[in-house]
Amino acid sequence: MNTDMQSIYLAIVLSPLIGSIIAGLFGKLIGRSGAHWVTIIGVGVSSLLSLYAYKYLMFDGGEIFNRAIYTWLTTGGINFEIGFMVDQLTVTMMVVVTFVSWMIHIYTIGYMHDDPGYQRFFSYISLFTFAMLMLVMSNNFLQLFFGWEAVGLVSYLLIGFWFKRESAIFANMKAFLVNRVGDFGFLLGIAAVLMTFDSLDYNQVFAQAPDFANATVNIISGSEWSLMTVICICLFIGAMGKSAQVPLHVWLPDSMEGPTPISALIHAATMVTAGIFMVARMSPLFELSETALTFVLVIGSITAFFMGLLGLVQNDIKRVVAYSTLSQLGYMTVALGVSAYSAAIFHLVTHAFFKALLFLAAGSVIIAMHHEQDMRKMGGLYRYMPITWVTSLVGSLALIGFPGTAGFYSKDAIIEAVHHSSLPFSDWAYIAVLSGVFITALYSFRLFFLVFHGKERMDRHTWEHLKESPAVVTVPLSMLAIPSVILGAFLIGPMLFGDYFTAAIYVQDQHDVLGMIGEDYHGVWAFTLHAFQTAPVYLALSGVLVAWLLYIKFPEVPQKIVGRTNWVYQILLNKYGFDTFNQAVFAGGACKTGSFLWKFGDVKIIDGVLINGTASAVRWFSGKIRNIQTGHLYDYAFTMIIGLLMLLAVFVHHLME
Amino acid sequence: MELNLPLLSLLIWTPILGGVWVLFVGDRQEETVKVFSLIVSILVFIISVYAYFQFDNTTAQLQFIEFREWIPVFNINYHLGVDGIAFPLILLTTFITILVILSAWEVINYRISQFMAAFLMLEGMMNGVFASVDAILFYFFWEAMLIPMFLIIGIWGGPNRVYATIKFFLYTFLGSVFMLIALLYMYSQAGSFNILDLHQLPLSLETQKLIFIAFFLAFAVKIPMWPVHTWLPDAHVEAPTAGSVILAAIMLKMGGYGFLRFSLPITPDASMALDGFMIALSLIAVVYIGFVALVQTDMKKLIAYSSISHMGFVTLGFFVGFAIFANTESSTGAVMALEGGMMQMISHGFISGALFLCVGVLYDRVHSREISSYGGVANTMPMFAAFMMLFAMANSGLPGTSGFVGEFLVILGGYQASFWIAFLAAMTLILGAAYTLWMYKRVIFGDIANDNVAELKDINSREIFILSILAVVVLLFGVWPAPIFDMMHPTIENLFQHVLQSKVG
Repeated sequence: MNTDMQSIYLAIVLSPLIGSIIAGLFGKLIGRSGAHWVTIIGVGVSSLLSLYAYKYLMFDGGEIFNRAIYTWLTTGGINFEIGFMVDQLTVTMMVVVTFVSWMIHIYTIGYMHDDPGYQRFFSYISLFTFAMLMLVMSNNFLQLFFGWEAVGLVSYLLIGFWFKRESAIFANMKAFLVNRVGDFGFLLGIAAVLMTFDSLDYNQVFAQAPDFANATVNIISGSEWSLMTVICICLFIGAMGKSAQVPLHVWLPDSMEGPTPISALIHAATMVTAGIFMVARMSPLFELSETALTFVLVIGSITAFFMGLLGLVQNDIKRVVAYSTLSQLGYMTVALGVSAYSAAIFHLVTHAFFKALLFLAAGSVIIAMHHEQDMRKMGGLYRYMPITWVTSLVGSLALIGFPGTAGFYSKDAIIEAVHHSSLPFSDWAYIAVLSGVFITALYSFRLFFLVFHGKERMDRHTWEHLKESPAVVTVPLSMLAIPSVILGAFLIGPMLFGDYFTAAIYVQDQHDVLGMIGEDYHGVWAFTLHAFQTAPVYLALSGVLVAWLLYIKFPEVPQKIVGRTNWVYQILLNKYGFDTFNQAVFAGGACKTGSFLWKFGDVKIIDGVLINGTASAVRWFSGKIRNIQTGHLYDYAFTMIIGLLMLLAVFVHHLME
Repeated sequence: MELNLPLLSLLIWTPILGGVWVLFVGDRQEETVKVFSLIVSILVFIISVYAYFQFDNTTAQLQFIEFREWIPVFNINYHLGVDGIAFPLILLTTFITILVILSAWEVINYRISQFMAAFLMLEGMMNGVFASVDAILFYFFWEAMLIPMFLIIGIWGGPNRVYATIKFFLYTFLGSVFMLIALLYMYSQAGSFNILDLHQLPLSLETQKLIFIAFFLAFAVKIPMWPVHTWLPDAHVEAPTAGSVILAAIMLKMGGYGFLRFSLPITPDASMALDGFMIALSLIAVVYIGFVALVQTDMKKLIAYSSISHMGFVTLGFFVGFAIFANTESSTGAVMALEGGMMQMISHGFISGALFLCVGVLYDRVHSREISSYGGVANTMPMFAAFMMLFAMANSGLPGTSGFVGEFLVILGGYQASFWIAFLAAMTLILGAAYTLWMYKRVIFGDIANDNVAELKDINSREIFILSILAVVVLLFGVWPAPIFDMMHPTIENLFQHVLQSKVG
């Protein structure tokens, strides 16, 4: 059976790649419809087979697959291999990635309809699907890193898809470089793993990990650091880049320069959750270092709270959703920090659906508005775009955690988990995630009301052409709306409190906050009803209410608030100054350093003093000699080598005889 | 099928004799000259591929040995042989030469026969450098090689070529004179110029240090290491595209090859004693030069600096082994770093070659190497933009391309010596991406910047062919580097075991 599964897993990974190659290399030949058919079929095959693998593993009691496919290289007695490990965690990710990707492929037909880079776009998003699958299905750190960087590459290509726009090509370079900062840490983490365990294979590393729980390393002489803390923090720095945690979050809002389908696929549903997935996968390592977990918790709660605030002041529809993504990634990270890995993955899954939905709905609005993204020029769209309106409402409710929706279960579980945690700073984190609920509701419904309700503020031309998007857009919206509602209720029992993940995620007993919650868990209905006795639901509802008051009932009030608290508004508008700081210190500093080293070090010292000093002496000397000779240098030189070579050749010939 | 051909002699003399013939045909029959040169280079490549299939991957011994007495009085011999270090570099040479000859097809329009002859002869001499077992034969090829390169820059080079050639010649010539002195000294001790005999020659630590420094001057200039690197950007800027490709892809590797063939095995104790110095210079190359590359305004200079930075990984990988061994008491990490350095040399051959070809493609059309002369090239040359994207990513060490493999292994190995070595080396992840992608952004992306760019024609089928081959190779060895490692593994393993043995009397 395992061999059959191997070919199925190979097919899952390779069919998007093949689709991508065909669309990329032969795009002109097969034309627009050829390109979208070949990639949609590729990802479709992948998606259906993933569902099959899901059924096989979760319902039919199939075996966990873990096998090398080929040897990448062997050096110093270590085999670096490319291989797959498909367990419950992997197969969950596979289903999410391929399904969302499939929907977005279909949606793209509508969204990119008039774009000259149509084939290229399909090629990229299929390539992305391939890279993301390589990442989640890996059974070792090497391939994980390959997938990690490969999704970064495609993200770079897609953010800069409209390469004529200065803002887009700035954003994509920024995204790549900021991610590289994360990868820098990640690579050091991998190096530490290899040195410690003499292997990059997950199973071997995880099996040996407990032996090193108390090991220390000496990084700065004189101070001993816990080895596991160093490894985990290095790895987590990688996750901070990819999953956009403060302070490496700066690239994600700018990534909205890319076309909306990829904002949904890459910068909301899948790629940005790679860091969350990675930490969950590495739970046997992170569990060994409370310091690292605390670090994760602190970073996550800062991101969840402060990035949510920024969503309040944005006027670009996509940027609001982007900050919301940052904040939700913060929630997932918080869950990782308190060892509620399953809750993080649970939120990752539900978020993938409702956030993809929200982005695609935003895209649908943007199409209708003729690529206007400023919410101040929208309003009242519910009359013209009923499907987009309903699905947006569903997505927003799921995002704010309205009882019964998917987001409600996953977010509530995280908040409860933080509540039960005994890590340092978990009290602060609890306050952060609780107040985050109110903020989330406020900015989500600010968006919802500004776009779909209130006065119609668009110009006349746009208004005349307002209409619902075509079926290739609305069908994926509906397809994503369904899981955004029902998925939570289905998954919460098995995923958080059952044996869904079995051995895929490891939690030490003293960290097992979900186990504690599980003692009081009596089914979905009880959980839902219980929520009405807790704060988050009322925080969310009051957020909606405030949004309604501010943006529908008394639309002149927000301006007054801004006037009164202008300095706060300015801080938020400047995004806490991260961009200004990075631009001045890192970008500017690097250029200044480079200039200095070049102009002073290379040109002045090495060349100016050392080399040209010698050279001018020689030139003076050779000038004297040149007076004696005439003719061309190259004639002499050629004669010289030919002479030399002939001598040698004659000699060799002579010897051979 | 065993033909028992003198394969290495064929690899050396076929192109040299071909070059001589081309020279005699002269410029009157341009087409004949080009076609003939191409055929010769392909033939040489086929010979090297044939040799690859004969090559025994399981042994560290020299293979394809040829031995004839040359100057018996001094025990100097025409002694050839290759192992897992030399042979991959010969394959690289024969492969790159074909592309270089193709790249000049429509571009060089004067003295074409001399141009082709120079490259063919250069190929033979470079093969000679890698295949020589006799130190004097090695030295002969090593110096002779400078002449065609000198001519290539001097005749077909840019406006400032005189300065560049003098600088190039001075630097490299000065360095190698010291090597010759070291060789002569060792001959006086061992009575032999056979490199393998020199490997066994016992030497006191003080003597080793002197010899090490002499070798260092020759090889550090060649590869080049900081601070003797400043000839390279000038040479690249002035060299014609084909010259830059050969320079970057192969001639720099001579330095790395020298460290492996001479410095490490002949002076192991000195290498160990001075490894901190070598590691420091390597890391300076990676970081310092990375910053310098960032602010370059000339594309060729930028790639030249990027080469120096990448070569930092080669020397780091070669000399970090002692510290790894001291730290871990196992040769695993050291061998990994050494092989990573080797892989970096080979991969850099493809990637830097490809990048210089890309700049050449633009230069042929617009006659400027300045980044500011371009902008929005992707609008008019989409296919070119795609190729250059791939090579830019490979240059940034993206996994899945060959550029990743060597850097990855050297960083993994370096970590086993010290966290901080890996930390500084890994800076390349950020710096390499920064300078490469920033250049790419300014040249390729954006709106059409000027009329020159608006009139650009996308690459023709010849250019597509050249770049495709390189693209395939870069990707192939990125996803499956195993064949290269299998080829060199026994030799490197053996080398490191040898280096661990003290030679102090």
